[in-house]
Amino acid sequence: MWKRDVLFLTLTLGGVLALGANLMPPAEPRPATTHDLAAYQGPALREVVARVDASFRQRWKEKGLAPTAPATDLTVARRLGLGLMGTIPSLEEVRQFEYLPPDERLPWWIDHVLKDQRFSEYLAERLARAYVGTEGGPFIFYRRRRFVTWLGDQITRNTPYDALVRQLITAHGLWTNEPATNFITVTVRPDSKNQPAPVRLAGRVTRAFLGLRLDCAECHNERNEEKEQHRARLWKQSEFRGLAAFFGQTHLGFTGIHDGKGEYLIDDRKSKGPRTIEPTVPFAEELLPGDGTRRERLAVWVTHPKNRYFARAAVNRVWALLFGRPLVTPIDNLETFAYVPPALDLLADDFAANGHDLRRLIRIIASTEAYRLDSGGDPEPTEAHETEWAAFPMSRLRPEQVAGGVIQASSVDTIDLQSHVFTRLTKIFNLRDFLDRYGDTGEDEFEGRGGTIPQRLLLLNGQLTRERIKDDLLTATGRIAASRLDDARTIEAAYLTVLTRRPTAEEVAHFEAVLKEPGPRGKKVEDLFWALINSTEFSWNH
Amino acid sequence: MEPLTLDRRTFLGRTLAGFAWMTAVGHALAVAPPVRRPKSIILLWMQGGPSQLETFDPHPGKEIAGGTKAIDTPLKGVQLAAGMEAVAEEMGSIALVRSMTSREGDHERGTYTMKTGWRPDPTVVHPSIGAILCHELPSGGTDIPRHVSILPNQWSARGGYLGDQYDAFRTGDPTQPVPDTKAHVGPKRDEERMKALSVVERAFAKGRSRRVEATLHADTIARARKMMTSEQLKAFDVSTEPLAVRRQYGDTAFGRACLAARRLTEVGVRCVEITLDGWDTHANNHALTKPLVATLSPAFAGLVRDLKKRGTLENTMVIVAGEFGRTPRINPVGGRDHWPTGFSVALAGGGIRGGVVVGETDPEGGPKPKEPVKVGDLYATVLAAVGIESDRVHQTKIGRTVMYAEGSPVDALLTGRE
Repeated sequence: MWKRDVLFLTLTLGGVLALGANLMPPAEPRPATTHDLAAYQGPALREVVARVDASFRQRWKEKGLAPTAPATDLTVARRLGLGLMGTIPSLEEVRQFEYLPPDERLPWWIDHVLKDQRFSEYLAERLARAYVGTEGGPFIFYRRRRFVTWLGDQITRNTPYDALVRQLITAHGLWTNEPATNFITVTVRPDSKNQPAPVRLAGRVTRAFLGLRLDCAECHNERNEEKEQHRARLWKQSEFRGLAAFFGQTHLGFTGIHDGKGEYLIDDRKSKGPRTIEPTVPFAEELLPGDGTRRERLAVWVTHPKNRYFARAAVNRVWALLFGRPLVTPIDNLETFAYVPPALDLLADDFAANGHDLRRLIRIIASTEAYRLDSGGDPEPTEAHETEWAAFPMSRLRPEQVAGGVIQASSVDTIDLQSHVFTRLTKIFNLRDFLDRYGDTGEDEFEGRGGTIPQRLLLLNGQLTRERIKDDLLTATGRIAASRLDDARTIEAAYLTVLTRRPTAEEVAHFEAVLKEPGPRGKKVEDLFWALINSTEFSWNH
Repeated sequence: MEPLTLDRRTFLGRTLAGFAWMTAVGHALAVAPPVRRPKSIILLWMQGGPSQLETFDPHPGKEIAGGTKAIDTPLKGVQLAAGMEAVAEEMGSIALVRSMTSREGDHERGTYTMKTGWRPDPTVVHPSIGAILCHELPSGGTDIPRHVSILPNQWSARGGYLGDQYDAFRTGDPTQPVPDTKAHVGPKRDEERMKALSVVERAFAKGRSRRVEATLHADTIARARKMMTSEQLKAFDVSTEPLAVRRQYGDTAFGRACLAARRLTEVGVRCVEITLDGWDTHANNHALTKPLVATLSPAFAGLVRDLKKRGTLENTMVIVAGEFGRTPRINPVGGRDHWPTGFSVALAGGGIRGGVVVGETDPEGGPKPKEPVKVGDLYATVLAAVGIESDRVHQTKIGRTVMYAEGSPVDALLTGRE
């Protein structure tokens, strides 16, 4: 009888201790993951970084621009979190970060991020937008979610980028079993007789993988149009069609996507009948192999180490993810009369020579001087500074990043795979509802559009804000307000949680005065969180 | 009688006094310019490319009609397609252009062209007509966004090079209140929050004030807060309108949006765009177009009638347009495909002459309409009616020279230019 009481007491005590342990901030924030310093100290990597840095310094000297000072480590960590995971570092992660010696902090953080599932998911979604767009697609033949999950798996395994792209171009089978085939089936439409559309596929391949807008030539044949000054070279309709012809033998049947017989036919206006187009590539014909199915040959040509556009397009895209702005704008059109920084070729050559390793590319870019510069300074950087990368560019955060930021900013713990399933579910529902209202920038994500009134209204008065900054047991507001931290440390914790920085003296003075006034502490911390979330700083990458 | 002495003093004295009357006459002649109320535009946007043969330009009895019948209107010799009875009644106030020609047959590009008056150009983003109006016409007294898009899709009207602050404010069916417009806390705490926000903003702006200002973040917050407390917010809510009025427009989201648009223009909104999607009938054209016509017709006619009744039609232009028309030939799956050479646009009010039809399409379905009107010409016409110079050259922020519209106004469509 008494044994039952003892058991009951033990269980209750154990439960209370566990709860207490979870609610208290960790005593010693030792980093949860390991990191490999050697990856950053290898001479080959350091040499590329040095050359990229030198190329920018040369350009700044020519333009008479003095770069801004380096940003704080925390600022750089925030950029990396947002660019690679779509969310800010949690307070927990910040503590782990600062536990390490200074020169190990960023290498640890980059590795920590690259190992995290959130990185694979986020990068997969960003790449998927370029590969298959944002529309739902024909549900019978297309499963976007599976495609994104599959992409995420490839990223987790660090599949070499060229192998990944080859898999996409040559994918066959059922879109449910072989998720890569969704790259092909997304183009299936009733008006293409429920078959994959070669024109659309060729357009995607050239834009997403080669950074070329060949598909404009489908309608705008060079000789009919005025010269478009933005393009260094004008493509011919025949060149585009020659590429489309590589998909001319790809069919959708009972076993899914497969390659068979057939020709790529187009309606000839002049002869009023069908005309066969032979598969041809618009440049670098010597890289096209003779053997294999049409798609296999195309895949080899696109991803060939000597096909300069492939590596450059990949570098441009990864640069854009990290900086918020591509090296060459627009992101899918590398042909331009504008100045192209030599960094593009330096990074592209390294990328191609080292197995098209995305993680290596990320490490290199994240180690460059340009990536570590501050976005502000004294004297203030000018527009020229931003254009020439002599100051870190400020860019508007995407809706997912803002949502991810709000959700993470309302929790002191990291919301990741280790989080309780309830937390993760809440995150998903909140995210979807928020995104519906916040709006989506769609495919052209680096356009830099201005913010809208509805977005501001959503953060000022929306449900997500209200719930997340509420003073209760589980939110950051609640835990920080209820903790034993003194006023200064309370304010600091709030700033680190939401803006990943420490407050200035002026900010501390203001909020200390507020906290000293009579009134419930929780509400005051709520107001502090509200102000931080609605600041310009929170919604922008800097 | 003494002879009139003409010494200098007298001369000057008399003549100056005499000329003095000129001042009074001068004052009387210098009539103060008439106080013109700035105009508004309501754009009923038919996304997908509405078939002109099933709406404004039927050719009954011809092969291209595919069996679509026509109905008479009060205008002699002018017929509309069956289903457009409500619009037919109002034809006296409506002008039709049946010979619109554009060179864009793609949805996104065609939408861009019809909403801005220019073909897509990779080097510049042109402003939509609503953005131009907001930029050029005087404002003041409007706390809610002056450029609104109701039931938008992903291609809602944009500010282009005039700036993103001229992008249309997107909102949904007027049965729902405009979301997120109520603060969660009382006024005292709200004031505390705003003070806290300004402290945080100040710290961030240090060392990057120019760039932070360019984000327009604080500016947008100010506008959002102004909107939150504005009486004009009620204009979005159509439930306070009498039932009879609401029924006129039809019990559809589109109809309600048209009514909301009328209310919005009454509180100073310069341009409201309302989207009706689904016109892209590559298959089953007749079956799919019928319900759309049934939605469009009472809403358009109801709007024109309502504006006339309230005396605001002359200051409010209603435009009905899509990105292109549809082929006269019916394809093997009973649909019509894209047809940018010879489609219809309807206009009413705001300086447009009613009861006019410009252009004719070929009854046998040929591609060249009579009296073709280019999109640039249409824009020049609309801008002329609204009182904005379309061909004035100005510069964008990066120094590119632009005009608002290329082309010349179609005089037949404008009042006062017969």
